[in-house]
Order: sequence, then C-alpha cells, then structure tokens
Amino acid sequence: MVVFEKPHALTDVPMHYCPGCTHGIVHRLVAEVIDELGIEGKTVGIAPVGCSVMAYNYFNCDMIEAAHGRAPAVATGVKRAEPDNIVFTYQGDGDLASIGTAETVHSAARNENITVIFINNAIYGMTGGQMAPTSLPGQVTQTSPYGRDVKLCGYPVKVCEMLSQLDGPEYLERVAVNNVKNIKNAKKAIKKAFQNQIDGKGFSLVEVISSCPTNWGLTPQNALKWIDEKMIPYYPLGVYKDRSAAKEETK
Amino acid sequence: MAKLTFKTDNCKGCGLCVDACPKHVLQLAADKINKKGHHPVEAVKEDECIACAFCATMCPDCIIKIER
Repeated sequence: MVVFEKPHALTDVPMHYCPGCTHGIVHRLVAEVIDELGIEGKTVGIAPVGCSVMAYNYFNCDMIEAAHGRAPAVATGVKRAEPDNIVFTYQGDGDLASIGTAETVHSAARNENITVIFINNAIYGMTGGQMAPTSLPGQVTQTSPYGRDVKLCGYPVKVCEMLSQLDGPEYLERVAVNNVKNIKNAKKAIKKAFQNQIDGKGFSLVEVISSCPTNWGLTPQNALKWIDEKMIPYYPLGVYKDRSAAKEETK
Repeated sequence: MAKLTFKTDNCKGCGLCVDACPKHVLQLAADKINKKGHHPVEAVKEDECIACAFCATMCPDCIIKIER
C-alpha cells in the first residue's frame, strides 16, 4: 500500500528552488488538492514573476505566465471567459503585495471567483534578497543592512488584515509551512480555497508564511525556526474572513 | 514494514526530512554525492520506519515515496 508519493498534478521536472526552500512544499500541497478534487483537466494556473516564475514547469495542469503582479487580472479574464475552469494564481510577496497590490485589492473587492495562493517570505528572493513590503521591522536585507527602519521605510503590509476590511472577499486565511502540523493546516486551507471556487462562492486567498534560507542567511532548519520566532508573532496565523461560515453563525 | 524509495538525484540535501523523522531513520550520506553535487538523504534504520510520512511532508522536492 502506498502511504505517500508525488501527486499526479506535479510534473517530474526537478525544481530550481534553493535547498530547503518551502516553495516546493506549497507546490506539492496545491498539486495534492488538485488531485483530490479531481480537477486537473480543467484547472488553469497563473504563474507570477519572482522565484516561482517557472511554476508552469512543475504543474501538469494548464499554466499561463502573467506580467509582474498582474496574475489576478489574468485570472479574472480566464475565469470570466471560461467560467467552468478552475483558475488559481500562485504569487510571491514581491508580486502580490508590491507591484500587484492594485490587482489584488480590486479582484478581492470585485469578489472574482478565483483562488489566490500567496507566498509571504518577507524578502525579494529572486532578485537577491532586497527589502520587500512584507519585510519585518528591523529585518536585515541587502537594501536594509542595518535593519528595516520603519521611520524611513514604513511598516510591513499585512495582506490578510488589509483585505479583510473589504466587503468583497469570501475567504482569507494565513497559514505557515514550517512544521508538519502547520503544513497539514495549510493543505486544509488550500483545499477550502479551491472548494469555494468550485461552489462559486468567490475570491479566496491563502497567505502562506514561507522560508527563504538563502536570502535570510540561515540554514533550512534555522529558517523554519525563524518563522516560528519572528514571522508568526508579526503575522498571526488564522482565518481572517470566511463569509459563508459567518452567515451560518448568524442563522 | 515500511519501504522507503528516494529519487536521490533530485535531493538537495537540505536535511528537513532528517529533522522531521521521529525515529531518526534518515541521515544525509556524508560519503555520497549526487548529480546536483549534494549529499543526498539515505535511510540508515529503515526497519524502524513507522510510515508516518513526516519526512515526505517536509520534503520540498517531493523525492520520497513510502509504501507499507
């Protein structure tokens, strides 16, 4: 009996990510959910710009590469033209929380029926570790060598909290992938985000607190500890909006 | 008894699976180097594996297959 193997929705191509990068874990979770829901044939993924720019090589479903930050706009077009397809975007923090903020906020406000997987690793990974909008106060990066100074650079963008103020989005949850328990919870959240789209409920975003061992300058093991010690206290995990559940409660 | 299969050439030697294993079944092979130039993971005490799949859950490169 097979207890665990690579999901079918993931290709055999070796991933280009650095050793210990949790992008691979999130790719696998998305692929497992696609397998479990049996939607591989009608799923369209939108790849971003950033470390996961080559995500189209790793998924067996149809993939489109969007311009930097524009994945939710492309997903909107695909979903409106082909409403029967399941459309998801896979974006990093440089893509979704920086250059693509407008697309993110407005697709959430319009409650587009799409699924967004948002990887938050508090740094620009692909370009070499510069400060991102999500970098923590005091965090040392290539462009903040003395730590992020909030007087000069402002405060980090908390995407789930920000979008939860809108009436539009259906489901917002923040999860992490730094240990087995959190990974299981992350999978549940991703599955719910896809199920919401199948049920026609609307915009679902799962923010995944992820690691970047290379640019944080830590070993893969210490990077996961850093998530526990630094990132999760600043970005608390949990459900930030679940309109259907809220409706059930008021009944 | 569980059977572990590794796609050794895709292993990047990050060691997340080694830390995740509650039975200390895995280790990075110090005397081997794979195609990518990393020390790949290997099972040193496969008979003690309880097939909990914690290693495979943590593996970012999906190289572990577990059968029981």
